[in-house]
Formats: sequence, structure tokens, C-alpha cells
Amino acid sequence: MVGCTLDVSRKRIFQKKQVRPLGQAKYIMKRVVITGIGIYSCLGTNVDQVRDALFQGKSGIIMDEVRKKMGFRSGLTGNLERPQLKGILHRRDRARLAEEGEYAYLATVEALEGAGMDRDFLADGEVGILYGNDSSAKAIIESADLMREKQDTMLLGSASIFRSMNSTVTMNLATIFKLKGVSFTISGACASGSHSIGMAYLLIQSGMQEQIICGGAQEINAEAMASFDGLSAFSTRESTPQEASRPFDAGRDGLIPSGGGATLILESLESAKKRDAKILGEVIGYGFSSNGDHISVPNAEGPARALELCMKNSGLDLKAVDYINAHATSTPVGDMKEAESIDRVFGDVKPVVSSTKSMTGHECWMAGASEAVYSLIMMENDFIAPNINLETPGKEAENLNLTSKTLEQKLNVVISNSFGFGGTNASLALCRFSE
Amino acid sequence: MQREQVVAKISEILIDEFEIEPEQIMPDENMLETLEIDSLDLVDIVVLIEKHFGFKVVTEEMSDIDTLNDFYDYVHNRTAS
Repeated sequence: MVGCTLDVSRKRIFQKKQVRPLGQAKYIMKRVVITGIGIYSCLGTNVDQVRDALFQGKSGIIMDEVRKKMGFRSGLTGNLERPQLKGILHRRDRARLAEEGEYAYLATVEALEGAGMDRDFLADGEVGILYGNDSSAKAIIESADLMREKQDTMLLGSASIFRSMNSTVTMNLATIFKLKGVSFTISGACASGSHSIGMAYLLIQSGMQEQIICGGAQEINAEAMASFDGLSAFSTRESTPQEASRPFDAGRDGLIPSGGGATLILESLESAKKRDAKILGEVIGYGFSSNGDHISVPNAEGPARALELCMKNSGLDLKAVDYINAHATSTPVGDMKEAESIDRVFGDVKPVVSSTKSMTGHECWMAGASEAVYSLIMMENDFIAPNINLETPGKEAENLNLTSKTLEQKLNVVISNSFGFGGTNASLALCRFSE
Repeated sequence: MQREQVVAKISEILIDEFEIEPEQIMPDENMLETLEIDSLDLVDIVVLIEKHFGFKVVTEEMSDIDTLNDFYDYVHNRTAS
């Protein structure tokens, strides 16, 4: 069996240029590989640190007393330090990057280094960027406060608008790295990061782009999380922060907000081979759907349709899937509906399931990208990270093959799920690269 | 505030907050060219003048400024008035 068990028809599609009659567009189905990953999260500020934390099942959650003084119901949060970029980036670039942009910048630097793409390559080529981000709340709040104080918009400074827009990450990184390809931000709530990878995969597969920087970024500051806290969605297990995120556990009581930046370099197989780049994996499937239902209460049908589309798009047999990195955030309804959707699609085929949010908390807009990075790290290092804090599985977990311990095993195919407010769903299929 | 104090303060702002290299400060040359300042930087200069000298710049008055010496004079005159 090859790494990703391509079936015959799928192989044929990839090998054959499908040319339409004269005068119509030419469609080429290209294979899409991953040649770089970078991560800045509460588990570590580079791939090596995060690999160790994932393997050891370390939690990145802390209690932030300042949030309690601000009126938060829960002071729990992922623990992330703001990077110091003075001396690394020009004053203008630093001023224009919001918090989430700083994380995305560092993750992207790591990913580009891994991919062997230097500044000259970026400046001379047509590399694109599609990044998931759905807020820049603190930058907006600070500008509004200053406007009210000074009553003179000019005193907001030139960088304020570039920090405040939803597309702050892509507009800044495209400028800093002198990118010449596609550039826009994907705002799909907590599935933003996954959708960015999925869209990059489709653009490269169709032959419209050769290389795309994609990923997700999430600000972690209190101002950005206040309204989410107001929904009573966060865990209040404040006395034991590292035990608070417990997806699929009967004792869970909510999610923990977290954030950072995660970047993947996607490119066509031809491009990677031409550059002699190290191939970390392949994107072989993407599925999406909307629930068409409640704005915050999930259902099982929508995620199941995204999973089914992803599997259909990949051309894989269900049995080929070794591991599912679940979206599961540690909320009772969300975990239950995802478990239902996995069981509905996979039935008696029971790939191993874990939620790395048990360690990271919910990285929101970044989560789909970071969890793809976590999954690739596991694939590269032959292990499955544990679903920590899973002591008494909830009733819905009975039909899942969950692991609360680190499993050392080779992974060929991984599915990563991400779901967001408004009922937006995304599933990605990643596989070990094989010719 | 004496003109010398204005010059020293503006040099400090340019070096510390604008991260301009000291050798780029050439009082008789075109300010925008030697300091590599673009239109967005001018907005930030307005912010810094308000922060450090306590007055709001009238952008129309800035249009006559060519060299750093012109800029020193402008700030000096505004602080004196």
C-alpha cells in the first residue's frame, strides 16, 4: 500500500492534462504538496518545541487574573508571549502588524525557511497568500479609545488602519515578503484556517497558482475574547488550568480561548520537485458545508457533509484514514455533535481520534491551520498526540476510538476537522507523500 | 523652548522613534529624501509632534517645509507662539 492509497482513477486525473476544446479554459489537476510549516502557539514558538509538547501531552493553558479584574467570567487562556520584533522588522512594518500579525509573521518566517524560499525567490516569483483571520479587535478598540480621547483622527497615526482591518495579516505579510500572487484573507470563524488551506489547495490544483502561503492567526488578548466570554462558553475550572480543556470528557465545562499563528507552504508537486524542496506531506482532500441552522449551536449533519465531501474529494477509502484531529473544543454540545458526525461517516471504521485542543485550548481563527500543522508534525514523527484530560469519556464518545495517551505509530492519512460560528464547516485530508 | 532644544529633541525623536540613522540627519538637504519619509510617515510625524511638543500641526503649514532646518524653524516658531 502506498502512503496515501491513491485509487487508479485518481492517479489518472493527476497524470493527464484535461484540455477543453479550443477557445475554452484549460484545466489541469495538479497534486498539491506541503513543503514548509511554521507555528507560534501556546505549546511552543517553533516546530521543534511544539513537537515535544504534543508528544508529552503538555498543556499551554494558564489562569490570567487580569481578566477577572476586567469582569471576565473565566480567566483561563492559552499562554502566549508577544514577540519582540524590534531589530527584525522595520519600524513601519512593526507598527502595522497587529498582535495576530506578529504571530503569523514569525510562523511564516519559519515555514518559508523550511520550504527553502528566500526573499529573492518570493520577490522574483508569483507566490500567493491566503490566510485565515476573523478579527483584529484590540487594534480597533485602541483606535476608538484614542479617537474619543484626542478628537482628531490624524492623531491615530498611519498604522492604525493597517492593524485594524480583517485582512491585516495578508496585507502586511504580502507587503513584507513582497508577494506577487493571490492575496486575501479568509474569514470563516473558527474554520478560517482550514478554509485557507482548502482554498489554496484548490487554486494550486487547478493550476492558477504554483505556491501559496496559507495558515491562520488568532489574537489572544482579553479585549478580543471578552464578548466570547460573555456567552458563558468558557470553562471556569480556574483552580486547575491545565485540566480545564477536556474535549469528550464527561466533566468538561467549556472551552478555553487561545491563539497564535500557524503557516503552511502549499505548492504544486512540479514546483516542489523543480526546487528540490523537502516534501512534508500532501493535501489530498477538502470538504466544506454550512449547517443552515443556528448561529452558535452546532449540528451533526453539516459536519458530516463536510467530512463526506472531503473523503469523496480525496478519492480514498475510509479505511485509509489513520487519525482524525477532531475540532472538539470541550463544549458538551459541540463535542457530541462532532462525535455523531464522525460516527455517521466512518461507522465501523474507527480511526484514532484526539483533540489537540485539550492541550492548546481553542485557537479559533487559527485552529484549522495549527491543527493541520500539529497533524503534519505527528505524521513526520510517527505519533498521535493524546487527548489529555480524558478521564471519563462522555456518552457520545462511546462510538469513537479516542486516545488519552500518546500513540507511537506511523500515520499515512490524517483528517482535520474545523467548525465555526454560523455553522461553517471544513475538513481536510492530509497524507504522507508518496510518488 | 530654544531652537537648539528643538533640534536636539527632533533628532532624538527621529533616531529613537523613527529609527533613522544619525548620518541621515542632514539639516540643509531635502527632508523627505534624506530621511526616506513617505506620505504615511508624515502622518506619524504629526502624531509625534503633538506627543512631544504639545501642539497640533496644521498640515497646510507643513507644505512649505523642504529641509530639516525648515522643519526645526516651524516647530520652534509654533512652540514659541
